[in-house]
Amino acid sequence: MPMESSEVKELIKSAIPDAEVTIKDLTGDGNHYSAHVISSAFKNKSRVQQHQLVYSAFNGRMVTPYMHLH
Amino acid sequence: MNVQNSINERIQHIVDSNDVVLFMKGIAKIPQCGFSAKVAQILNVIGANYKDINVLEDSDIREGIKTFSNWPTIPQLYVKGEFVGGCDIVREMYEQGELQDLFEQKGLSIKSNKTKI
Repeated sequence: MPMESSEVKELIKSAIPDAEVTIKDLTGDGNHYSAHVISSAFKNKSRVQQHQLVYSAFNGRMVTPYMHLH
Repeated sequence: MNVQNSINERIQHIVDSNDVVLFMKGIAKIPQCGFSAKVAQILNVIGANYKDINVLEDSDIREGIKTFSNWPTIPQLYVKGEFVGGCDIVREMYEQGELQDLFEQKGLSIKSNKTKI
């Protein structure tokens, strides 16, 4: 089910309130985005834990997240 | 005991009894997926010893591992029982030298030079 980039941003911010989120629409079909997320919540978290935190914002609405977060 | 619990126990046992485990599609010598092949290649390049688990031969593990780690894709790399990540993360860690550091921190022998591929 496609999603608006604003909705992607909102979902991430609802899970990570202090997040600075930049969304890039990769294909224009509402299904493939890249998200650049900066947050203090990532401090002392391993890379995979950071990904899981963002992934949890979508609680199951994301089928296969290929996330590329810094 | 429900099915997921017994699968979780099987997976827990595998990651507890092997220092490094790569849950992958195919086997280290004959990967059957590009992402799995990439992680296996990185582990080979850094000279890590690892146990390869072919999820294509075990559908319980193939699905159960995703619940176990709360991560939806294969491959999945575990070091000393800890989930490290999938292909994207392992590749990023390797490129930053973090993967090599992790192995050294955990007292696991790897080749010393941080060769690039």
